[in-house]
Amino acid sequence: MPTLETTFAGIRCMNPFWLASAPPTNCGEQVMRAFDAGWGGAVWKTIGEPITNVSSRYSSIDWNGQRMMGLNNIELISDRPIEVNLREIAEVKRRYPKHVVIASLMVESKRHAWHEIVQRAEDAGADGLELNFGCPHGMSERGMGSAVGQVPEYCGQITEWVKEKARTPVIIKLTPNISDIRMPARAAKQAGADALSAINTINSITGIDLDTLEPRPNVDGKSSHGGYCGPAVKPIALNMVQQVMSDEEASLPMSGIGGIGSWQDAAEFMLLGAGTVQVCTAVMHYGYRIVEDMADGLLAWMRRKGYESTEDFRGLSLPNITEWKHLDLNYKIVARIHEDKCIGCELCYTACWDGAHQCIHLDRALPAPNTSRTPEMVEAESRHRISTTPIPKLDLNGAGESGPYRTPLARIPRVDEHECVGCNLCSLVCPVPDCITMERVDNGLPPETWDERVNTGLVSDGSAATGNPNV
Amino acid sequence: MTSMNESTSFFDQAPDAPEIATRFPDLHPPFNKTAALTEANRCLYCFDAPCTAACPTHIDVPRFIKKIASGNLEGSAKTILDANILGASCARACPVAVLCEGACVMHRYNQQPIAIARLQRFAIDALHEDGACLPFAPGADTGKSVALVGGGPASLACASELRRRGIRAEIFDARPLPGGLNTYGIAEYKLPLAESLREIDLLAQLGVHFNFNVTVDAKKLAALDYAHDAIFLGIGLGAIHRLGIASEALQGVTNALDYIADYKSGQITSAPERVAVIGAGNTAIDAANAAVRLGASEVHMIYRRGPEQMSAFAYEYEHAKLEGVKFLWHLKPVGIKGVDKVEGLDLARLEVTSDGSLVPKSDENVQLRVDLVILAIGQATHTEFLDSGKIKLEQGRIVIDRATGQTSNPKYFAGGDCTNGGREVVDAVADGKRAGIRIAAWLEEQDADA
Repeated sequence: MPTLETTFAGIRCMNPFWLASAPPTNCGEQVMRAFDAGWGGAVWKTIGEPITNVSSRYSSIDWNGQRMMGLNNIELISDRPIEVNLREIAEVKRRYPKHVVIASLMVESKRHAWHEIVQRAEDAGADGLELNFGCPHGMSERGMGSAVGQVPEYCGQITEWVKEKARTPVIIKLTPNISDIRMPARAAKQAGADALSAINTINSITGIDLDTLEPRPNVDGKSSHGGYCGPAVKPIALNMVQQVMSDEEASLPMSGIGGIGSWQDAAEFMLLGAGTVQVCTAVMHYGYRIVEDMADGLLAWMRRKGYESTEDFRGLSLPNITEWKHLDLNYKIVARIHEDKCIGCELCYTACWDGAHQCIHLDRALPAPNTSRTPEMVEAESRHRISTTPIPKLDLNGAGESGPYRTPLARIPRVDEHECVGCNLCSLVCPVPDCITMERVDNGLPPETWDERVNTGLVSDGSAATGNPNV
Repeated sequence: MTSMNESTSFFDQAPDAPEIATRFPDLHPPFNKTAALTEANRCLYCFDAPCTAACPTHIDVPRFIKKIASGNLEGSAKTILDANILGASCARACPVAVLCEGACVMHRYNQQPIAIARLQRFAIDALHEDGACLPFAPGADTGKSVALVGGGPASLACASELRRRGIRAEIFDARPLPGGLNTYGIAEYKLPLAESLREIDLLAQLGVHFNFNVTVDAKKLAALDYAHDAIFLGIGLGAIHRLGIASEALQGVTNALDYIADYKSGQITSAPERVAVIGAGNTAIDAANAAVRLGASEVHMIYRRGPEQMSAFAYEYEHAKLEGVKFLWHLKPVGIKGVDKVEGLDLARLEVTSDGSLVPKSDENVQLRVDLVILAIGQATHTEFLDSGKIKLEQGRIVIDRATGQTSNPKYFAGGDCTNGGREVVDAVADGKRAGIRIAAWLEEQDADA
């Protein structure tokens, strides 16, 4: 039987599922209900000098009828007195000694202020500390949050102050609102941080009301950029986690954050090196109960894959992510449309013609392949065809056929494999699972990368020409 | 003869029949906004969509559905009406299971086709609720004029195309209100009479001239020929066939078209206890369902063949069974009983011989007590008034070139039931649309040649 138990930066965890520092961890009552639901840990809503919030605070992006593909907030850190938060942390730890409680902290950039809050949080019983160097709105205007996280020197300085005092592991929460997330991560590591968490929310404006011309979330007609999170940010978060975890100077135990709502999401972060994952938006959308399937589904997957613990697969995908120049230029795949599954929507056809390489054709029912017939010609032919209602009495001599009908051959597209560049687009737009598969073609060429071509002098090295230090 | 211009609302002239409204509520209730949005988002947005190809008027279905999804309801209604000026009634009356929805690729995806008809109704209803004008303007006046005989869907669609091209369109109809079978012949739970008129009010904004209570005979046609640059014949079919047996004129014997028109216009609001409908087509089913809803306690449909040969759509058959209609197969009326009024039917049992023909088994007649007999055994044509020397007919149907609607007489065009033997509203609209487009081009060619 696989187990979800793990140890993160020395902290024993019943499972790797933590609630991120956010509204779901606002108070002790919530955190205790979350633990009852199955969450292994909670990073407390950031504790600091109480702030005053605005209303409203959240706005979201819906997509094709689905709510909250992305969520934005302009809420600040905890608006409750420090002593109330700490008293409740103590209460939670007394009642749930095996569950992990991490105190998220943010105070002004002064050594004594950090020393004091560290001491108080640890005295309350916190299992670890997460330094909020990521909050992108409001607090950053006061020199805290991402204002710290965006400057590696500040990041390192405060980490050092905290490490002078801390007895528990110190986790640095990184901001994505920076050109290279490895820089603050390296600074934190150098300053002695025990772990990292990434990513915090991304600067965003979710939208404008087209009646009032006012932005969302609306605070008396105005808004401010907020922090973006939810399913939409997962790919950005995965990239940043990978960037840090593949960098020797930056990598530390990582608590992955960003759009996680399912066991699959969690597994992906772990495959890129995360030891625990933190969740917020999905809980704000559906409640604490989602953790049940996160655990159940991850365990089932681990059983299928033969992993005993999360450490068995943590980071396994990192070696598969490389710089572009190390990709095999001679690897060749082409699209293959499985006729038996095709429903005839022709989305692959229009996508290939308008969005890719014009190598999918609608010519199966024609006497010969025709690669010069454009989508406009296809549509025009249909518009000029005369259709009539099939009337049983007049046309079918009886009640008529009944479906389901097979996809007509004329509607099943054909891939010109010689022209197909293997871009994947058709298989991405195809609504039917496994209908378009990308299949390897043996072109007889040995693997060869751009880097190898440069090294053998076949092509010139771009960076030498530009002198760009980023290359 | 009464003549009306576009400023008169036909909708306001719809007979007030609250009892009919109560007994014939929407079979497919409208979507609310949330339901429409959810459904619209399910549409895959197929390229060269099969639903569009299946629609006789080629409404760009994915386009109007995506406009619902994007909240552009105005653009959605315009997309529908641009292809099909009677998009509102087609949304309600079309047999979508064998048209757009039958062609939907979702049958092969999750087995749930997109509810295209209900979405189409949603978009047009939104236009009506908005009180918006028809999103098209008449074309610049060309000085040309076309007479349209019959005021049903074919003529209305043709008139719309003509007006958009600046051609005067004058409709002549035998009834007091426009729309033909669209107004008088479609089951009220699908398309209420008033809704047909509302749609025509919108179309009339293009400046169509209507002449009601006019029967066009050979003499009248000659006068129209003299006064107009082209003629469009959208005359539909004629009376329902008679059985050809004794006592058919007895009180209590009627036909499905009159029965449906009478209840829709509120002239009939109840049915007697026992009703028999002869025939098994879609019109027969509409009449039988109506009798049930009007209060008949026993409604039988009588058909000379079996269920597998009935000409009604399969889903109509299922619907009739749900309404409570009972079916008597392999029977044929050979006698009508009654003194002052109908009291019963003498039905002969039929059997199929080896060559497929039906012969009565004389010893097995069935007696059925009935108070009302509704005949629905197909319509005759009524093209007698046309000079078959000038306009070619075939089995009473006007022969046209399908793509243009042109008859053997180049000045005469035709469309709808009088050319196709009786199909659907949408087929008539498609015919009228093609003819209208072609008439405009033909008139231009005449000028160019002159």
